[in-house]
Amino acid sequence: MSDLVIQIRDLTRSYVMGAETVNALRGVSLEIRRNEYVAIMGPSGSGKSTLMNLIGCLDTPSTGEYWLNGQEVSRMPDDALARVRNREIGFVFQTFNLLPRATALQNVELPLVYAGVGARERRDRAKSALTRVGLGERMGHRPNELSGGQRQRVAIARALVNDPAILLADEPTGNLDSTTSEEIMRVFETLHGQGQTVIMVTHEPDIAAHAARVIVLRDGRVASDTTGQRNAAA
Amino acid sequence: MIKDAVKIALNTLRTQKLKSFFSLLGVLIGVTFLIAVVSIVQGMNVYMEDQFANRLVGLNTFQLRRMPNFNSGNVTEDMWRAWQRRPRINYAEAAYIESHMKTPAIFSRYCSERMSLIWNGKTAKDIDVWTADAPMFAIKNFDLEAGRTFTPQEARAGQAVAVIGWEVAEKLFKGADPLGKSVTIQGLPYRVVGRIAKQGTIFGISLDKFIVVPFDAPVHRAACSAGFMDELHIKAENITAMQAALGEVQEMMRIQRRLKPAQEDNFAMQTAEGALEGWKKISHFLMLALPLLVGISVVVGGIVIMNIMLMAVAERTVEIGIRKALGAKRRDILAQFVVESATISTVGAGIGIITGIGLAFLVRAVTPLPAAVAPWSVAAGVILGISVGMIFGIYPANRAAKLDPITALRAE
Repeated sequence: MSDLVIQIRDLTRSYVMGAETVNALRGVSLEIRRNEYVAIMGPSGSGKSTLMNLIGCLDTPSTGEYWLNGQEVSRMPDDALARVRNREIGFVFQTFNLLPRATALQNVELPLVYAGVGARERRDRAKSALTRVGLGERMGHRPNELSGGQRQRVAIARALVNDPAILLADEPTGNLDSTTSEEIMRVFETLHGQGQTVIMVTHEPDIAAHAARVIVLRDGRVASDTTGQRNAAA
Repeated sequence: MIKDAVKIALNTLRTQKLKSFFSLLGVLIGVTFLIAVVSIVQGMNVYMEDQFANRLVGLNTFQLRRMPNFNSGNVTEDMWRAWQRRPRINYAEAAYIESHMKTPAIFSRYCSERMSLIWNGKTAKDIDVWTADAPMFAIKNFDLEAGRTFTPQEARAGQAVAVIGWEVAEKLFKGADPLGKSVTIQGLPYRVVGRIAKQGTIFGISLDKFIVVPFDAPVHRAACSAGFMDELHIKAENITAMQAALGEVQEMMRIQRRLKPAQEDNFAMQTAEGALEGWKKISHFLMLALPLLVGISVVVGGIVIMNIMLMAVAERTVEIGIRKALGAKRRDILAQFVVESATISTVGAGIGIITGIGLAFLVRAVTPLPAAVAPWSVAAGVILGISVGMIFGIYPANRAAKLDPITALRAE
């Protein structure tokens, strides 16, 4: 079905560290549909970061297949992956990862720069993305002039600006207090409500509880995959 | 994209002034050398042509001599000995040339010797005493400040009259009007009839320490052997006429001296251009050495910039990771850092251009050399700046471009 955004089959990823081979992922298969809200959980060493890197096209699997929005990305060369990241994925990081010297607007424009969008369109789209996350008033501020929650909103606006197939958040509230965390979760919920596919990696159960579906990894395998009662929007 | 990279580079330069200064130093010095040396050499070219050659030899003028006057240094001992064996120019040869020359020209025989002058009990030593014909003043373009030159009668009779240079007038007469006074040369008094305006110096050597007396004046015996001269000066109306005159004189001399076609000239014709030969060799050498000089400083500067850029890549690993995560391709990152590096080194080149021009103007202000800034050297400085930055930026930029996004994002 074309409704599938992500199709993963028997994905493995192993690293050679010195003499040892570490099998971070030992065969993961999953499918994620358009407009799902998925949390990926697991203790450290479970392989959730590895899976996130693979889903985010920052890394390629050792074996297995990964189809993202109809393209097989598991065998793509570097620059093609960069293009996929640019068009299909919106990253939100735990540490925000904004460029410190650039204003909020310039940070949000960055993916459009690499997409080759012209200056005026870039500006318009970045402004509307910032407005969407409630930061229409602070576009000229640099990250150090913004609060943690505001920074994360800038990061979310940056993730959204290219209309990605998936919003991929890695511990998005890990550096925020609980009030601000709730705020950010509400932003995710709103976006999800507007039709955005959201995938979130977290180790906090109360954050994962916002998601409709929770995938738990353990020792590089899917331990459980449950769709909860809050699956209303799907 | 490019604008951003330029901005980042300029911002780095602004915020880290000391570090930036050192990173720019090599390129700065290289470009300063380039501009300053080219300016000074070009200024020297003008100076040598206008001042040295034309004043020493004279405009559209050449001298028929036994051997070259200004030689360029690589005269072997054999050549020198051969030159010494050549016959001097004699009166008959000079007279023949004067009467048979078809190209309009003026002539003056010339001999000179350093002698002492005495006036009123005071002695001026080492003064160049010239014995010359009356047209010499026109040939040399002398500016008569007071009095007159020799009359044809005085010249023909070899009377004891003299025209003195500015420095002789200053030193010997010390403010007294020299006209009508008598200076003693070799025990004989010469009446001063004229004074030549100040000519200044060439490379610190005074052009005003001389006295001119008629060619056949008594002192001639001390300056030249009887019947011979040091030089016959010939001045044509313009450069083409001079070329024609050169050909004529050579032919007439060969005929008079009965030289066979296979034989070389046993006389020399010194032109202003010939006098410049030595300088041309020096300037040629400077221009050859210049790329080496500029090259060394620029390579050193390039390596420094490369190090600065490697540091920048290390400091901004996370930024590179972010950019890659957001879709920057290898060539995007490569371009960013190459542009940044090129900007840094172009700023260095820009400052180098300013200091180079400043240096040239300083040389012009404190020396008689008219340093002339060559536009091509400024353009070369800019191109050098951009290309050094680009070439030495490639390695750090490539390292940045090859970074793995996951590792880069995790770095901190």
